Amino acid sequence: MEYIKSSSPRAGVALLELNRPEKRNALNNATLQEIADRLQNLEADAAVKAVVIAGNLQCFAAGADLNELAQLDVVSIQQDQRPQLWKRIDEFSKPLIMAVNGYALGAGFELALHGDIVLTGDNAQFALPEIGLGMLPGAGGTQRLARLVGQQLAMRWAMTGEMIPAQTAMQHGISSQICPAGLTVQYALELAEKIAKQAPLAIRVIKQSLKSIHEVSLSQGLKQERQHFVWLAATQDRQEGISAFLEKRKPEFRGV
Amino acid sequence: MDYQTIIVEEKNAVGCLTFNRPKQLNSFNETMHQEVSSVMKAWAKDSAIRAVVISAEGRGFCAGQDLNDRVVDPNADAPDLGLSIEKYYNPLIKLITEMPKPVICAVNGVAAGAGANIALACDIVIAAQSASFIQAFCRLGLVPDSGGTWFLPRLVGRAQAMGLAMLGDKISAERAVQLGMIWQTVEDDALKAEAEKMAEHLAKQPTYGLSLIKKAINAAAHNNLNDQLILERDLQRLAGRSSDYKEGVQAFMQKRAPEYKGC
Repeated sequence: MEYIKSSSPRAGVALLELNRPEKRNALNNATLQEIADRLQNLEADAAVKAVVIAGNLQCFAAGADLNELAQLDVVSIQQDQRPQLWKRIDEFSKPLIMAVNGYALGAGFELALHGDIVLTGDNAQFALPEIGLGMLPGAGGTQRLARLVGQQLAMRWAMTGEMIPAQTAMQHGISSQICPAGLTVQYALELAEKIAKQAPLAIRVIKQSLKSIHEVSLSQGLKQERQHFVWLAATQDRQEGISAFLEKRKPEFRGV
Repeated sequence: MDYQTIIVEEKNAVGCLTFNRPKQLNSFNETMHQEVSSVMKAWAKDSAIRAVVISAEGRGFCAGQDLNDRVVDPNADAPDLGLSIEKYYNPLIKLITEMPKPVICAVNGVAAGAGANIALACDIVIAAQSASFIQAFCRLGLVPDSGGTWFLPRLVGRAQAMGLAMLGDKISAERAVQLGMIWQTVEDDALKAEAEKMAEHLAKQPTYGLSLIKKAINAAAHNNLNDQLILERDLQRLAGRSSDYKEGVQAFMQKRAPEYKGC
């Protein structure tokens, strides 16, 4: 527990800040493990409704740790624990917002792609530089990116390692907002707070529903959406939401 | 540090970069590109430098590309003029426009081709009365580069920009002021002193705030009103957190002159 600063700057919101500035927040196994562990704790913490992950002003995360990677041969790489760690991050069920300033390269980019919503600073630069090392992105980089931006751009970016500036990233749906770098974390926290005030059970199924779009067919997805819809009808928060709207007051959601 | 093609001075928080190839009207060769770029890069990061002045030695300001570097052999393959633009001119224009502090240009004589557009990329341009500007590119079958086609229509409007770029006429510094291309003209003898005076004034101002003004005005060229209003809100938020703003307000309340630190 040393590579990440954890805090809860706003009601219902947890902030995890990658904090290995001397290594440009490179995601070595220990850091990734820590992210997965922290998320697991936050998953269980009922007071936390949304999570923001950020780096620092110059760098979100500049890739995996090359020294660690260099030691892995074909046998040990098969027993590597990293895929499990990524899976645990992917399975986090609460809203996960990425506040990306500066470089998000390789594994750093892939971590950003694990976010449900990505905000970037105007200085953000994404890239998949693995190709320059004779490798390919190994944490969903080719898959998640292609699903977001299409095969053409994903091919190009994975095959060249070209830098993708903030403006291009937003144009192609990698992020939903560009902020002046000094305000990215603040705006991500404000967004998280806004989401934290919503009905938690509805937020949970919205995330599930949207995350499954690449797993299932449209008709299957529509069926699942309908099931979620019916399931929510049994919750008190739904009643509260509708009553509050009709009575012209603010709803008080309790997650039940 | 020794430079072959420029003179570099740092005093009173002002960085003065002077083009120094007077015999070639300060036209750019590779060495000059490398020297200018290394100095500008260092100043961009150096918080002790709070304003930059670009000026030139001799009777000209800058004649753009040194054409001796680009002798065209009629029997050879066509040259790749994009190469030096990509490698040198475009990065230089970005260094000027993204410099987080004011860049003043003192145009002492003819500013032609890329030389004119490097001047136009600066934040405040002062010219000697005898100075002139020429978009010489069209006379050789070329296109205004170094941001010329971007800056000109924004500075003077489409009609004047077309005229300047397609006719390639020399225009006087006085005319450039009338067109809104540059800030002001001064007597030839007074140019250096005026530019330094302005730079020393700016170097005592809230540098961070000035850098945000620069950012906002540069962004206005491609933002719609709504986006620009949002940007103004964001930048004002950042400006409000600066220690210079605090100092400015305190100095006002205490009825004394503020002492800004640039952050």
